[in-house]
Amino acid sequence: MSTQPATANATSEEEPLSLALSIDEEAAHSVIGDVPAESVMETFHLNVYYGGFHAVHDINLTFGKNEITALIGPSGCGKSTVLRCLNRMNDLVPGARVEGEISYHGQNIYAKGVDPIAVRQHIGMVFQKPNPFPKSIYDNIAYGPRVIGMKVDNMDDLVEEALRGAALWDEVKDKLKQSAYGLSGGQQQRLCIARTIATKPDVILMDEPCSALDPIATSKVEDLMLQLRDDYTIIVVTHNMQQAARVSDRTAFFTAKPDETTGNRTGLLVEFDRTKRLFSNPADQRTEDYISGRFG
Amino acid sequence: MSSAATTAAAVTTSTLASGRSQDRDLRSLAFLGALWFSLFFGVAVLFALIVDTAISGAPRFDSALFTQYTQTFDPERAEALAATGRDPKDLSAAYTGFRSGIVGSIILMITTALLAIPLGVSAAVYLEEFASKTSRFSKVVEVNLQNLAAVPAVIYGMLAATLMAVVGVQRGIAIGGAVALALLILPVVIITTREALRSVPDEIRQGSLALGATVWQTTWRQTLPSAVPGISTGTILGLSRAIGEAAPLVMIGFGAINFAPEFPFVTSKIEAFPLEIFNAASDSKEVVQQAASAGIIVLLAMILGMNAVAIIIRNKFQRSW
Ligand SMILES: Nc1ncnc2c1ncn2[C@@H]1O[C@H](COP(=O)(O)OP(=O)(O)OP(=O)(O)O)[C@@H](O)[C@H]1O
Ligand SMILES: [Mg+2]
Repeated sequence: MSTQPATANATSEEEPLSLALSIDEEAAHSVIGDVPAESVMETFHLNVYYGGFHAVHDINLTFGKNEITALIGPSGCGKSTVLRCLNRMNDLVPGARVEGEISYHGQNIYAKGVDPIAVRQHIGMVFQKPNPFPKSIYDNIAYGPRVIGMKVDNMDDLVEEALRGAALWDEVKDKLKQSAYGLSGGQQQRLCIARTIATKPDVILMDEPCSALDPIATSKVEDLMLQLRDDYTIIVVTHNMQQAARVSDRTAFFTAKPDETTGNRTGLLVEFDRTKRLFSNPADQRTEDYISGRFG
Repeated sequence: MSSAATTAAAVTTSTLASGRSQDRDLRSLAFLGALWFSLFFGVAVLFALIVDTAISGAPRFDSALFTQYTQTFDPERAEALAATGRDPKDLSAAYTGFRSGIVGSIILMITTALLAIPLGVSAAVYLEEFASKTSRFSKVVEVNLQNLAAVPAVIYGMLAATLMAVVGVQRGIAIGGAVALALLILPVVIITTREALRSVPDEIRQGSLALGATVWQTTWRQTLPSAVPGISTGTILGLSRAIGEAAPLVMIGFGAINFAPEFPFVTSKIEAFPLEIFNAASDSKEVVQQAASAGIIVLLAMILGMNAVAIIIRNKFQRSW
C-alpha cells in the first residue's frame, strides 16, 4: 500500500506550498463550482479510515439526478473508497471506518438502523473487472430480482428488458441458457450492467468500468452510460480523461496529500464542477496539471 | 590473433566430438540410478504386494465372496460334499464370503458421510465466510484443525466409544462406528472445503452483495455451488480413507456379525469389511485365508474406485476463474 513516503508526488512544483498547509486548510480550499439543483446523493464531511490510516479527508459532494458524475484523480487518492462508501460496500472491508454523512434522498445511509442490504438494493454497483456469476446469462440477470424478493410477473420479460437496457439483447438472445463465461469481456461488462439494472436501482456506481475493455467495447459501454442517464443517476470512477470528458456532466477531481510525518497519502477533493468548465478552465493549478497530463 | 580466433583454434574435434558425454560419466550414472531406485522402490513393493495377494486370492474371485456370510461349518453343504472324501469343515469354509462386511461398510460409509459432510461443510463455511479472519479464535481453530488431521484413528475410536457409552447405547452398532469415522475425516472435510471456498474469487461475492443479496444468500447461492466440486473431491478422499480403517471400529466393538442388519440400519449391529478381512486372514484354514486375499483386492478396488471418482470430479469441474 502507499504507506511509504510519496516520492512521486514530491516533484510537483506546488508541493512546498501544499505541504505548508494542513490538510484541513487544504480541504477548505476545495473549489466547489456549479452544484446540481436536484440531488440524489450528497456526502457531508466524509472521512474514511482503514484501521489507523486516514484514506480520504472531508469530502463534500453532490450527485445530481439523471446526471453522470465522474470521479477522477491519481491512483490511491481514494476514488474507489468514496465510491464504495456510497452503497456501503466498504462495510465489507475489515477495519474500514466511515465518519461523516452520506445522504440518499435526504436520508443518512450511515445512520443507526439503516440496513446496508436495503441501501445496496437502491444503489447498484458495477466493478472494474467484469464479474459475471458462473451461471447462464439468463440466471445472471434473474439472480438479483430473485434474491431481493422483487415482485416479478414474468421473469422472461424482465430479463429481456434488462438486456435490452444494457444494449446486449441482440447479441445474446439466442443463447440465454449458455454460460456467461462464454461472452467477451465487453459483453460480460454489459451483462453486469444489465444485472444491476434488473433490480431497478436508482443510482449506479461504476468503478473504472472500461479499464479491462478494448476501445470498441469501451465506446459501447460509454454509449450505454449516456443512454442509462435518462433513467438512472450514475457515478463513475475513471482514469481516462477523455472518457470523463465524453460522458460525464460533472467531474470531481481528487488528489492525495502526503502526511509530513508518516508519509501516508490522504485523499481530498480539489475541485468539483461541471465537466465542461473543469476541463476547459480549471480553477486549481493541480487540476490543470492533472487533466493536461503533467501529473499523476 | 583475436581472442575469438584463439578460442576457435582451441575447439578441435577432440574437445567437442570426444565420443563421451560428461553427463554420462560413472558418477552421474550412479546418482541417476539411485534416483530411479528410490522412485521405483515404493512402487515395486506395492505392485509385488498386490500381485502376490491377487494370486493367493485367485481361487476366490467368485460371487460367493459377495453373497455369502462367513461360513465355518454348514452341515447341509458339508453332507452333500462329504462323498468327495475331503474334510467337510474345509469344504463349507471354502464358500465363506464377506456379505455382512460389505453391506456393513456401505451402511457405515453412508452414515459417516451424512454426519461428516453437513458438519464439516458448515464449519468450513462459518470459518471462511462469516468468522473474522484476523481474530485469535480463528487462528486457534486453524492450528487445531491441522493437528486434528494428524491424530491416530484409534484415538477417535476411543472418543466415539466413550461418547456412545455416555449416551448409553449398545456397543458395535453402526452409528457408533460412523461417529468415530466422521470424527476421523472431519478435519479433512473442513480443510478441503475451506480451500474450495477460498478458490471462489471475491469478485463473485462482491457482485452478489452489490445487488443487495445477504451474506447468507451469497454463500448459499453463489459460493457454495461454485465450491461443490472441491468439496466432493475432499469428502470422497476422506471417505476412502475411512472405509479402510479397522482400528477405531475395534474400539467401538464391531465384529462377528453374521446376519443382515435390520432396519433402521444405523442402530443395527454391523460388521465392517476391513475387520472381516482381518479375521479371515488370521483363520487357520487356508481356504479362508484365500478368501481374505480376495477380499483385500476387492477393498483395494473400492478405495481406488472412490479415489478415481474424486479425481474425475476434480478434472471435470475444474474452473479457471
Ligand atoms: N481494503 C483496504 N485496506 C486498507 N487500505 C486500503 C484498502 N483499500 C484501499 N486502501 C487504501 O486507501 C487509499 C485509497 O485507495 P483507493 O482504492 O480508494 O484509491 P483509488 O483512487 O481508487 O486508486 P486507483 O485509481 O488506483 O483505483 C490507498 O492508499 C489504498 O492503499
Ligand atoms: Mg480504484
